[in-house]
Amino acid sequence: MSGYTEEYIRQKLTEKLEATHVEVVDESDGCGGKFRVVVVSSQFQGKPLLQRHRLVNAALEEELKTIHAFSQKTYTPEQWAGESGP
Amino acid sequence: MNVLTRNLAQNLFKYNGAGLIQAAARSFSTPALDGKEIEKLVNNSKVVIFMKGNPDAPRCGFSNAVVQILRMHSVKYDSHDVLQNEALRQGIKDFSNWPTIPQVFINGEFVGGCDILLQMHQNGELIDELKKAGIESALAKEGEK
Repeated sequence: MSGYTEEYIRQKLTEKLEATHVEVVDESDGCGGKFRVVVVSSQFQGKPLLQRHRLVNAALEEELKTIHAFSQKTYTPEQWAGESGP
Repeated sequence: MNVLTRNLAQNLFKYNGAGLIQAAARSFSTPALDGKEIEKLVNNSKVVIFMKGNPDAPRCGFSNAVVQILRMHSVKYDSHDVLQNEALRQGIKDFSNWPTIPQVFINGEFVGGCDILLQMHQNGELIDELKKAGIESALAKEGEK
């Protein structure tokens, strides 16, 4: 119903958070109301989880008014390198 | 004003379906619950959650996840169903500056939503956080055995 696309969300997060890597999965079967995202950004450095999630929420402030289900994972580039390693 | 609101809601309903009638009701007729009222609620118990549905019958997967996590730690908590109270639903979002439900409070402090609680559960932080509030998690006991 909200009509956002994976690409739109990805671009917005990349831009606002200077993210080096963003994954967006639309879990709404295309209606654009349910998303799962992974964000990798050096802006998360030294910030506790709550602050990181607040940054993501702030970047999508308008969108989250209509997106009804949203789940996020946040990593610093270092953490992400460890996560996606061998 | 009331008539106007009702007409508007009916028109929205006519053209756009049930989703927008809720949106209209939210923005026109239900004032958010006062911050002081919310403060009382979050300080009433060491652990307080705001969710959709109640712990016996969660009405959303995210809320259900929070309930299941707290159950694993055998934590006693207050729960509030935001679906029963539109003023509470808006009030808690304003209070914590957090856009989504569920929301978890420990010792009167906002901890986060479902993702954060899940991650804290997985990396062991939740046990520490509960300990700080004077609650011994059932999983901590298990770890000692």
